[in-house]
Amino acid sequence: MSHPERTVSEKADFKKELTEVIPHLRAFARGLCGRPDMADDLVQETMLKAWAAQDRFEPGTSMRAWTFVILRNAYLTDMRRNRFRGEYDEGVAERILTAPAGQEEPLHLSDMHRALLTLPAERREALLLVGAGGFSYEEAAEICGCAIGTIKSRVGRARAALTSMLEEGDIPRRSLDDDLAHGAILKELDAVVAGNGVAAKF
Amino acid sequence: MEIAKLAGGMANTMKRDKEVEKSGGERSGKNRGPAARKPGWASGLQQLYDSVIEEPLPDSFKDLLSRLDDKR
Repeated sequence: MSHPERTVSEKADFKKELTEVIPHLRAFARGLCGRPDMADDLVQETMLKAWAAQDRFEPGTSMRAWTFVILRNAYLTDMRRNRFRGEYDEGVAERILTAPAGQEEPLHLSDMHRALLTLPAERREALLLVGAGGFSYEEAAEICGCAIGTIKSRVGRARAALTSMLEEGDIPRRSLDDDLAHGAILKELDAVVAGNGVAAKF
Repeated sequence: MEIAKLAGGMANTMKRDKEVEKSGGERSGKNRGPAARKPGWASGLQQLYDSVIEEPLPDSFKDLLSRLDDKR
């Protein structure tokens, strides 16, 4: 399990790959925690952790998957310290997504965003990885440190919830400001963290 | 057939243990949800995500990258 100290050229390669993955880290972080400023803080924290742990990165494997694990663990830790409250970003409220074909009303980015943030963290991350990040169920399961069946179930539940909210107009207004809802989310987070074998590495 | 695919995928996962898969998410398409059942909001989620990927990087990231080499 020992890794030799990286050479100068390996460090340069690592840095190049880390640089290339930043936009993906920002997208994942934004989806997880909502607020752009907090998401970028999380990405910077991830980059510093990745840099410090670079000896543990296997060259040739996916930098995106590797750094997503670090970002996810940092997010879960911060969530448990109550740093993020799933805050809604008012800045996106005016933007409108193009209407999907066959849909009369355009989908508002703000609705999409709010609906996403009402999902429990474990379902939100599963949906982000598979439904937006382009990871397979298998890859998402590895990033989250759980079974493929668990990821499939989380994605399925997240999709059902979003369909109910966005296609049937049933979006809770500010449910994440509600202390009860927040308590429930933290409880679920404890379960997510407890079941995550990869987390211990960082 | 869905069950067979799932079982195969789990066996692969166990074999590879905790190691992160080679080439990561670049290998898309395999083991994805059925595209035919995609709801209308699915492309909205993708747009939301992709719009962040396409944003220009704030200077704070360039500053951080340039500081990394001093770290070790």
